[in-house]
Amino acid sequence: MGIIADIHQKLTDRQVSCTELTKAYLSEIESANGALNAYVCVTADEALQTAAAVDKKIAAGETIGMLEGVPMTLKDNMSTKGIDTTCCSKILTGYKPIYDATVWELLKAQNAVLLGKTNMDEFAMGSSCENSCFGGAMNPFDTNHVAGGSSGGVASAVGGNIAAYGLGSDTGGSIRQPASFCGVVGLKPTYGAVSRYGLIAYGSSLDQIGPITKSVEDAALVFDAIAKPDKRDSTCLGGKGGETFSQLNNDIRGMKIGIAREYLDGVRDDVKEAVLNAAKVYESLGAEIVYFDLPILQYALPVYYIIACAEASSNLGRYDGIRYGFKAAHYTGTHDMICRTRSEGFGEEVKRRILLGTYVLSAGYYDAYYKKATDLRGTIIKAFNDAFAHCDVILAPTVPMTAFEKGHATSDPVETYLTDICTVPVNIAGLPGVSIPCGFNDKGMPIGMQLIGKSFDEATILNAAYQYQQAAPEQFQDTKWGVKL
Amino acid sequence: MKYELVSGFETHIELSTKTKIFCGCTTQFGGEPNTHCCPVCIGLPGTLPVLNKEVVRFAIKAGLAVHGKIAEVAKMDRKNYCYPDLAKAYQISQLYAPLIIGGYIELNNGRRIRLHHIHIEEDAGKLIHRHGDTYVDYNRGGVPLIEIVSEPDIRSIDEAKEYVEKLQQVMRWVGISDCKMQEGSMRCDVNISVRPEGTEAFGTRTEIKNMNSITNIARAMEYEYERQVDLIESGGKVVQETLRFDDVTGTTSSMRSKEDAHDYRYFRDPDLVTIHVPREEVERLRAEMPELPLDKCARYIEDYQIPEKDAALLTKYRNVSEYFDKAIEGVKAPKTVSNFIIGQIFRRAETEADKEVFDVAVSPEQLNGLVKLLDSGKIRNNLAKATLEKMLDSGKDALDFISESDMGGVDDNALLELCKNAIAGNPKAVEDYKNGKVKAIKALVGNVMKNSRGKADAQAAEAKIIELIG
Repeated sequence: MGIIADIHQKLTDRQVSCTELTKAYLSEIESANGALNAYVCVTADEALQTAAAVDKKIAAGETIGMLEGVPMTLKDNMSTKGIDTTCCSKILTGYKPIYDATVWELLKAQNAVLLGKTNMDEFAMGSSCENSCFGGAMNPFDTNHVAGGSSGGVASAVGGNIAAYGLGSDTGGSIRQPASFCGVVGLKPTYGAVSRYGLIAYGSSLDQIGPITKSVEDAALVFDAIAKPDKRDSTCLGGKGGETFSQLNNDIRGMKIGIAREYLDGVRDDVKEAVLNAAKVYESLGAEIVYFDLPILQYALPVYYIIACAEASSNLGRYDGIRYGFKAAHYTGTHDMICRTRSEGFGEEVKRRILLGTYVLSAGYYDAYYKKATDLRGTIIKAFNDAFAHCDVILAPTVPMTAFEKGHATSDPVETYLTDICTVPVNIAGLPGVSIPCGFNDKGMPIGMQLIGKSFDEATILNAAYQYQQAAPEQFQDTKWGVKL
Repeated sequence: MKYELVSGFETHIELSTKTKIFCGCTTQFGGEPNTHCCPVCIGLPGTLPVLNKEVVRFAIKAGLAVHGKIAEVAKMDRKNYCYPDLAKAYQISQLYAPLIIGGYIELNNGRRIRLHHIHIEEDAGKLIHRHGDTYVDYNRGGVPLIEIVSEPDIRSIDEAKEYVEKLQQVMRWVGISDCKMQEGSMRCDVNISVRPEGTEAFGTRTEIKNMNSITNIARAMEYEYERQVDLIESGGKVVQETLRFDDVTGTTSSMRSKEDAHDYRYFRDPDLVTIHVPREEVERLRAEMPELPLDKCARYIEDYQIPEKDAALLTKYRNVSEYFDKAIEGVKAPKTVSNFIIGQIFRRAETEADKEVFDVAVSPEQLNGLVKLLDSGKIRNNLAKATLEKMLDSGKDALDFISESDMGGVDDNALLELCKNAIAGNPKAVEDYKNGKVKAIKALVGNVMKNSRGKADAQAAEAKIIELIG
């Protein structure tokens, strides 16, 4: 049973009140957050208010929903009315939105208990969470290692049991990579399955919100709750594949699981071994493993960095110090104010990507970079479509390695970009991908694998992930931190 | 050497949809600063635009009004530039796949000013400079615009003026905008170059930004034409640049040169989906389109024998032409109606704006009733005219002012009788007339009219009197 169902049962059986449970989480946040640095803002008052409302309902004998009263967190790039939303950037210091993101509106309506906002790489740009203006979130398996990024805070909080679940966002791997590093489950839904309204944009054609959870069934429950069409997001169609939770127990005998050889190139041996062992587990469950080539993947990384940076350079133009957030203290005139605000307000990685993106869209370079990248994007989408003619899901490592040690990622940006090699293709093609734990390296750090599905076929990858979880529960290990139910 | 002027226009027109292009805020002009705003149109982080379908329909109507081709597939692009009145630091516009392709505006001389395309986009906010500080008002931000881009087909300042007037007329006519230049709901950027008469190659052009009246367009073009010609004549070269026009001094000055031109880094807006325009929708809108002013004008001349100048006046504003159309139903000579409108009713519409609104006390049905009395010969023209004045004063029907006895006219016998009486009763006037004072006849005719209470035909009376005393 997942944590969500567990909590739901304990609440309805009145083994614990929602207020007691919330207080337990808040107290564990207080003691663990110093080491994990998962939370950048704790919303204790709001959490206890919601908890009291849930307790009142339970006391009145009303039935409560599965997510009702379950303590959770949101990455700090999702708009929460009246609650600081900073993208972990100095430039959004003190910004309190006047509206709620659609995902938060949906969960709030179900009385989800928001414990606080969690750490991330500034504007979701990074793979270690260390590009946060609040310092990086740490790995609950070993706090000398990073939680990964960009949704490092959510993964750290969930792995560290200081949130039952959380929502992250994934532009090039930002849900799956930290989930892999922190030994938890991270689902990046199909582009268009979950509303982006209220998600502060990084790369708009790639960004997607999804759950980070301790178990596959939790991921399915949360996904089902947030995958709704939204009139405020023209690109959002909702979860067209139907409810996923009810399909977790489908028989996977005969399911064709594809492995693209290119996904295993350059991957560290321990990671490769863990993924191939998982393939054996699938064979033992009656699935069929098919190998194939996906040579187009070699272009995925440059395509990703061109498109994401181009969109980011435009999306981040609005931070000028005029309407909200940080404004430079000293300046002469409007132009100087904007220059200084942006120079002082953005971190190094964000500036690097704004410059890259501005360059690839510039007159004279557009065709060579941006246009070529969007053309190649079409080719990559087609290559995946062709691959899915031969298999139902694709199995791949989530990251070519395990969590880095502190400070490692920031030393060489290009090397750090390379760690996104296995995660970015899914974003480029708009496909769903789920990362689940599949082993540990010799230092006990978790290894993750991802299952990639057809467009809007979250049900199949979650079904396959759940079957693996049931067959290999030893890969889903807990950490010493946080609330023990 | 004589130089020919070559000009093309980029015209922004605010669409009069109720709500903005990407959110539900009102498009109303004015309002307290920043009260017609929401998270979307002030570009708060995380918000997304959703295209208002009404904007697409309005733009299609604009396209049909200028004979443009309506694209089956259109897309929205981002035009990136940093300015405080642009909340997102990009304007959502169309570059790569605009909604309307081609089209033209036909001038009175028969020349067609071809259009390159029409695209939809959002307006920016406004900067207000006060007490040494600058404030931003985002009420206008997100108001829908169309930009109509012409080919460089304009060859004179008169053509330029006519082009703008015709565009304004037809866009108002189809009801997509009020096109008020003074309020900024219609603004023109004027591209202008010169070339020796008889040559083909275009000269280097300059662009005068944001012109807000037809008078200023003419002044700016005149100044810029002279400036460019003088420059070339004196051995200089025109530099490609963007200019602003100072309406106090009547001169243009440089805003930025080609080197400093913005690099807008256009790219497809990933937040908006492809616009598919179903052909049935286009046909439905086409069927709903009113008859266009030029077509109507031609028809008035052809079918109703209305003089060209009058037909143009009747079709300048849609309300006038619709009033005319209703008032002529079943009448013998539509020209009579036209004369009443242009002669008497227009006299009471003091401004062009009054004519455009055309809120007349007399309904077209009432005017129709009056004209039919005239048609049937029951009343004479002068009585009709006087009655119309009374109707315009009161809003009452013609029959409220014309009694039974006024009608039925004056037959020949009665007229003869009336004339005889007039001659007998005014020997002095008869005497004067005979002595060569031609005007004295008016007194006799006046007597006939008075005694017939205006029913007699004044011309016939005059002829009869001359016959009797001559």
